Amino acid sequence: MSAKTAKDKVLIANGQGFWGDSILGPVRLVNEGPLDYLTLDYLAEVTMSIMQKLKSRRPEMGYATDFVTLIDRVLPQLVEKNIKVIANAGGVNPHACKDAVLEVIRKHGYEGIKVAVVEGDDILGDIDELMAQGQEFRNMDTGEPLPTVRDRVTSANVYLGAFPIAEALDQGAQIVITGRGTDPGLVIGPLIHEFGWSQDDYDKIAAGTVAGHIVECGAQCTGGNYTDWREVKDMARIGYPIIEASAEGSFVVTKHEGTGGMVTVASVTHQLAYEMGDPRNYITPDGVADFTSFTLEQDGPDRVRVTGVKGGPPTPTYKVSMSYEDGWKATGQLTISGPDALEKAQLCAQIVWDRLAFDGFEYADEERMVEFVGANVCHAGIDGSTANEPSEVVLRMGVKGPDRDKVNRFGPELVPLVTSGPPGVTGFAGGRPKATEIIGYWPALLSKELVEPRVTVFTS
Amino acid sequence: MTKTSIAAIAAARSGDKGEGSNVGILARSDQAYAFLKQHLTADVVREHMHAINNGGVKRFEADNMRVLNFLLEDSLGGGGSASLKTDAQGKTHGLAVLRLELDIPDDVLRSVKGN
Repeated sequence: MSAKTAKDKVLIANGQGFWGDSILGPVRLVNEGPLDYLTLDYLAEVTMSIMQKLKSRRPEMGYATDFVTLIDRVLPQLVEKNIKVIANAGGVNPHACKDAVLEVIRKHGYEGIKVAVVEGDDILGDIDELMAQGQEFRNMDTGEPLPTVRDRVTSANVYLGAFPIAEALDQGAQIVITGRGTDPGLVIGPLIHEFGWSQDDYDKIAAGTVAGHIVECGAQCTGGNYTDWREVKDMARIGYPIIEASAEGSFVVTKHEGTGGMVTVASVTHQLAYEMGDPRNYITPDGVADFTSFTLEQDGPDRVRVTGVKGGPPTPTYKVSMSYEDGWKATGQLTISGPDALEKAQLCAQIVWDRLAFDGFEYADEERMVEFVGANVCHAGIDGSTANEPSEVVLRMGVKGPDRDKVNRFGPELVPLVTSGPPGVTGFAGGRPKATEIIGYWPALLSKELVEPRVTVFTS
Repeated sequence: MTKTSIAAIAAARSGDKGEGSNVGILARSDQAYAFLKQHLTADVVREHMHAINNGGVKRFEADNMRVLNFLLEDSLGGGGSASLKTDAQGKTHGLAVLRLELDIPDDVLRSVKGN
């Protein structure tokens, strides 16, 4: 572990909550206050599959290019303030990502900056061999066996834990690029590195897991997506979350002074309840955290202290995230003005289905969708949510299925309603809806001893 | 006793969880939590969300945070990239549950600041 003197407090921020989050989050975090580590999450479930496809067309692609743009923008501040960066931007091609980052570092004229790659998560090429060794890869949600979709699998990645990240930091990396890993691992990694936590420090690893879960969706714990939204000040400049961690495992959630939003017990609890299953068993490859064990308390303005986190030993398996080709879909929309907006929109939808049927294309109920956006789509069937006659509605329709041609046949029947349907039909910008691929998600388990995480450090 | 939406005594956060969604209901006071723990059962939520959720509903409790966590098992129209729905990730399901009206005792309502 780290040979240098351990710090009392370590500041770890998350500046990217998901693929597509604002670049202003991380840019402001490195500019607006003190920071030791900046973590960035770029990978959603379907992202790996999209990246595999990009890589198959162009072998130098397949990673989060947004990350390279960000490094180009903030590198001088990272160097000046010695902020370390941990990002799962590597996708399915972490070495291409590392090469692009090294190129940016060269362009800025810095020498001696260490960039690490954590890999070993990508098992797409090993599935058959692993199955031959007895791994079943049954779908964790449905119990189905993998052969159902085996020939359509487009990506397969293990959720690696935090220890390889800590190892990269131990080797002096300033920038750590990973492929698939757990979101909390981005935060636990630097804690292991700084405080020398070991694999059987279950309560401390669990505390890191809770900290990582709180910050993993960026501003969702600092007042974003908050029930009492009127209470949230200056949302435009909302502060991204920072963990002020201590060696013994307690931590404070905070944000930089002068930024918008808020850190309160309620704002943090909102995020703790997000994407939660059984709160007693929050499983990561590094351990199992008990989300019913800890105490939250306000510790001054925009500071929430978390103490008493308990955890248990890790399970013997890694979670594997696979994606597979699962058919095609197309959706499109038109805006229908009043008078009689809803009635006319309903007529329009019927016209589209009827015209498609005239031409021999019929879609089963589970293969088609109609929504009248503005006339209660999100809370359909909920008492108290019914609107009065809206002054306009958005007609949103879609179809899906295994036959690409059939799905594509739908789009050309939507726009003609402008001239061949009821009056007040508009908003058709964007062209004909086209079939896009549906990417199925297949979660499974894999014995840990069959996976070998690897860490390699490169110097600019 | 007042029949009113539970938004008066609770907040919510929701998101996707496989082919379903999770809805965390955050009680605004200890009394509100005790009341919701007794009356906001998995069955009540399943009935309220019947037009959105085609599957079962499971409830978990986290007393330390005054949170009831509901898993709606089939509420996303297929889930992930297969869904044709506007709210394919269940982002608005928390607010949908908060629209539920219950007979809430006055002392429970009063226990929440601002009521």
